[in-house]
Amino acid sequence: MRRSMTTGLSARLRRRVRDNLLAYAFLSAGLVCFALFSWYPLVRGVLLSFQQVNFVSDPYWVGLDNFRALFDDPLFWTAWRNTLLFTGLALVFGYVVPLGLAILLNELRHFAGFFRVAVYLPVMLPPIVVVLLWKYFYDPGNGLFNTLLRGAHLPESQWTQSSSTAMISLVLVSTWANLGGATLMYLAALQGIPGELYEAAELDGASVWQRLRHVTLPQLRFIMLVLLLLQIISTMQVFIEPYQLTGTTNPDTVTVMVLIYRYAFTVNYDFGLAAAMSVLLFVVLGAFSALYLRLTRSAT
Amino acid sequence: MDITAPPRPTATTASYPLRRSRRPLPARGVRTLISDLELSRGRTRVWYGVALTLVTVGFALVFLFPVYWMVSSAVKSPAEFALTPPTFVPRTFEPETYARAWTEMRIARYFANTVGYALGGWLIQLVVDVAVAYALSKLRPVLGRLVLGMMLTSLMLPAAALLVPAYLTITDVPIVGVNLLNTPWALWLPAAANAFNIYVLKRFFDQIPDDLLDAANLDGAGRLRMLWSVVLPLSRPVLGVVSIFAVIGMWKDFLWPLLVLQDPETQTLSVALSRLSNTSQVPPTQMIAGLVIASVPMIVIFLIFQRSIIGGLSAGGMKG
Repeated sequence: MRRSMTTGLSARLRRRVRDNLLAYAFLSAGLVCFALFSWYPLVRGVLLSFQQVNFVSDPYWVGLDNFRALFDDPLFWTAWRNTLLFTGLALVFGYVVPLGLAILLNELRHFAGFFRVAVYLPVMLPPIVVVLLWKYFYDPGNGLFNTLLRGAHLPESQWTQSSSTAMISLVLVSTWANLGGATLMYLAALQGIPGELYEAAELDGASVWQRLRHVTLPQLRFIMLVLLLLQIISTMQVFIEPYQLTGTTNPDTVTVMVLIYRYAFTVNYDFGLAAAMSVLLFVVLGAFSALYLRLTRSAT
Repeated sequence: MDITAPPRPTATTASYPLRRSRRPLPARGVRTLISDLELSRGRTRVWYGVALTLVTVGFALVFLFPVYWMVSSAVKSPAEFALTPPTFVPRTFEPETYARAWTEMRIARYFANTVGYALGGWLIQLVVDVAVAYALSKLRPVLGRLVLGMMLTSLMLPAAALLVPAYLTITDVPIVGVNLLNTPWALWLPAAANAFNIYVLKRFFDQIPDDLLDAANLDGAGRLRMLWSVVLPLSRPVLGVVSIFAVIGMWKDFLWPLLVLQDPETQTLSVALSRLSNTSQVPPTQMIAGLVIASVPMIVIFLIFQRSIIGGLSAGGMKG
């Protein structure tokens, strides 16, 4: 009796140890990848921002010099201003449109499959394809847009090639390419609204407009907030549109990511400076990310 | 007791009165903002028709036409492509432009590179992330919750903020000291550190009852066998969604491959198209053919896996 109890206990212990060893064997590849490309870079990024890095000597500490150099660079302020402008304009176009489209599509009784595929098609295209395609559309000579404007006897535009319209042109491409995702997420949320709510509101004599305001929108509040944060986080990291359409040297459209790229890989080859800029971006975006994670995690 | 065949469902049209002036709206199971009844009333019904037409035409113009423009422009002759005003239906037909892009722009090479990166990245993500999720969900080791927490914090890190230090890691991997620039590992290893996959997989594995695994254990199955014969077969749907998004993500990625694949021979299609468009004198029709070729795999995947992609997207948005 006693013997079997002790063997039972040690067997359980042995099994526990074996499971742990096995578990860490399973975890090992993942731990290595996360350590190399997530945890270590996070720490190293912060350290780099206080270092001077070149390929001749070892990195050495320079205190706040990188940050001082950033604040002295007029492009630094331009980049932040442009990024905020891009994010703001992208919200104006890209935030309300998917919501409106989803509400509209949800009421249509025909071609639901077609609408879904069509709106998501641009999201499937590789981003480089989208921007290069729009480069042809934006061509001031025989590009599609100026052809259409000319056909309608409207004034033509220089699109990406004029400093007054460059930014808005980038926002339009980005909105076209990305609004499908948000639209489909809103559609899914709309389909989760219980029909009884609408029926009850209708019995109370609520008009369509009142039902929209007092039933639909309150029910969507959570997903609207989530998508707002997601959109801010992704548009603040805009890169490919200015990189490919207006170039990294154009001060009208230089964004934070473009400037990080320039600092590290083209003009300055200064990883310390780029890391300092990344740390600042990280602080700004980290706040939004934390909020997003809190929201989504508390909801499930 | 007689067993009779269940009555065949009668055609649904029979329930509507015969000879209606308008075709009935397709019946819907769910109630939305505007009820079917309201919509079918005279004036509203007309507005519905107007709205439906506008949205259909609008969607075709805004979302489909650019893709049509791309596919059709590539087959125009260079002279026709340069015409002002441009033609919308090609008058010339030179499908060989696609073949020329494939060989002269060396798209064959970049296409093969990208396929290799995408499939390898998919396999590595699946193996590494399934192993992590299984260990955390079913083996529950000491410090498992801490490991999960640390992996999930990486969701908070915007990829952009890690660009420079991650690049330096690639050029000189700590401890082993190898340079992974211009190798597939530069794309594969960072892709495997995907906290979102792990989160989704673990949540799914958590729902598989332990009783099922215990039963397998009684039958003499080890932990690895349980994963292979019990957990994975039950997880087909989630594995499918993770796989599709892994391949799409690898195919669409731009900034990271731009940094770590500087040797043209190793570049992805996206990076090569960007480089060719910036530096070389490729005829525009050939360039556009290149854009079409880069899009085809994504469009094919979309048309085949529509349901999973749209479903996965809705689920992903809600659960983060």
